[in-house]
Amino acid sequence: MTTVPLEQVEREEHPVIEPGHTYASVTEKITDVVLRRPPGMAWWVGLMIGMGLLGLFAIAVTYLVVKGIGIWGVNIPVAWGFAIVNFVWWIGIGHAGTFISAMLLLMRQHWRTSINRFAEAMTLFAVMCAGLFPLLHLGRIWRFYYLFPYPNPMQLWPQFRSPLVWDVFAVSTYFTVSLLFWYLGLVPDLATLRDRARNRAVRMIYGIFALGWRGSARHWRRYQSAYLLLGGLAAPLVVSVHSIVGMDFAAAVVPGWHTTIFPPYFVAGAIFSGFAMVLTLAIPMRWAFGLQDFITIRHIDNCGKLLLVTGLIVAYGYSAELFMGWYSGDSYEMYMNLNRALGPYRWAYWTLILCNVITPQFLWIRAVRQSIPLMFVIALIVQLGMWMERFVIVITSLHRDFMPGAWGVYYPTFWDYATLLGTIGLFFTGFLLFAKFLPVISISEVRELVHASDGGRHEPGEFHPSYVH
Amino acid sequence: MASTRTHTLFGLAAEFESPEAVLAAARAVARAGYRRADAYSPFPVDGLAEVLGPHRTRIPLLVLIGAVFGACTGFFMLVYANVISYPWNVGGKPPNSWPAWIPITFELGVLFASFAAFFGMFALNGLPMPYHPVFNIPEFARASRDRFFIVIESADRQFDPEQTRQFLEGLKPIAVREVPR
Repeated sequence: MTTVPLEQVEREEHPVIEPGHTYASVTEKITDVVLRRPPGMAWWVGLMIGMGLLGLFAIAVTYLVVKGIGIWGVNIPVAWGFAIVNFVWWIGIGHAGTFISAMLLLMRQHWRTSINRFAEAMTLFAVMCAGLFPLLHLGRIWRFYYLFPYPNPMQLWPQFRSPLVWDVFAVSTYFTVSLLFWYLGLVPDLATLRDRARNRAVRMIYGIFALGWRGSARHWRRYQSAYLLLGGLAAPLVVSVHSIVGMDFAAAVVPGWHTTIFPPYFVAGAIFSGFAMVLTLAIPMRWAFGLQDFITIRHIDNCGKLLLVTGLIVAYGYSAELFMGWYSGDSYEMYMNLNRALGPYRWAYWTLILCNVITPQFLWIRAVRQSIPLMFVIALIVQLGMWMERFVIVITSLHRDFMPGAWGVYYPTFWDYATLLGTIGLFFTGFLLFAKFLPVISISEVRELVHASDGGRHEPGEFHPSYVH
Repeated sequence: MASTRTHTLFGLAAEFESPEAVLAAARAVARAGYRRADAYSPFPVDGLAEVLGPHRTRIPLLVLIGAVFGACTGFFMLVYANVISYPWNVGGKPPNSWPAWIPITFELGVLFASFAAFFGMFALNGLPMPYHPVFNIPEFARASRDRFFIVIESADRQFDPEQTRQFLEGLKPIAVREVPR
């Protein structure tokens, strides 16, 4: 058993958890959001907006199924429009959740404890939104099962050398593993909710999902082993998923797509946008549910640092694309870069440079990272920028490729926007329901944090993260 | 020992306030020779399971088996589909162009390893189990909140309702309670 010194918690000015908490007080504070506190006006307003947009989504999808994808702006040469932009955007947002819960778990970053639960929920809803787009793009959505290898009377198989087929496996595995990881973490907290519920029906419901968890020492031992292993499995998985998304493009010969930097640069971009979404969710949530003691300035600050690092990697990706375009000496590659910066979609390119390269530079300043309103604004700007990045990659590359006679311009339609807004509604509706009915912070892990920085009863200075033996 | 009470008695539960106290008590229980004892805590306490008895978790092995099974399933499915059942020339690559099989092989390996970790953990723990005698004492609700329990089962060979109670009280718990079956 190793012990890890708890340097940061004591030394830095902002703690991971505000002092003075006990096992009982953290339990009450987090479970009260679910069991005792009425959700409040902000939650209801948010839910109404979310459900409204979800209604728009239902209309957009119904019309799509009835009429076909001709209602979107896609055509030749731009056959991949908003649907693929949105797919990559959403799945990227999901990646920060897995990064926080798995990668930071393995790196023993215990500050992750109070943000991993809702970040994992964010992943689940973001992957749901993402997964819908390729299915909707099929045109005949009721034939979605053609994507899977199954014995069929046509005696055909998917073309397994195509990254698009890899994506089917990557995204479905990613969703499944994220769901298992999230649920595994929830089980002890569901048991707490069961034991704290006053209403019999509520106790029964949480009891069923808690699976009879009773906190036995032997159970915890296996639980930790399984949790750590799932973290170890999810960490490379998250890298593989967005690398494969990058290869969806890189395997094509289109200038602007056919580049080896795509897999790593997509992974960094994914985590970049995901941390922006974590901040977008955490900042209103800590205020609405009174969780400022657990999601502290320290978390906002650390997310800001990660935003800066991943932002710099993304900026490197942009410059590498420019450099390789020039260095290749290939006229199509060089034209593609000029066309991005000066062509009909130059506004998208410069928006992305402004949002993703220039804005994150403010995060070098500590005061900016610790200012909640500024961080919220920066997070929104980064999400806009990352959406623009995918727009530039998909649309600018396709609309002018090789033959000037085959060039064209893409105009999104009302239904393109409606579908995008609709998935935002799906995401927020799902997330708000999760925030009301399940503990948004892992209670059992926060208890460990209390034990580590122990409310005065023990000497601080030693931390025993349960998952490290 | 074989009094009628042991038939209705699951065991004796001692309640503690801190992880350090329960760990010290668990050491004493193990030293006294009790084998059928378990501790319950609201968060994992390092070393508690090991103190109560030699314990090796088989989950890593299960996960390895899951990973190997999933990866083999993935790889050979692709070989069967694109090499044996329906050979397909794509870009002049050889029929068994195995580097292209790697991503799906990896994904399925991770998927089955995760299934093994998740379902293996619950299966080895005997969960889901909605009823367990420890839930019969109302105070046990705090085991998922801020209290730590040690339960010595009446099925233990050394168990004696009076002597075990005295022994547990000697460990300075908050309280010792009978756990009915």
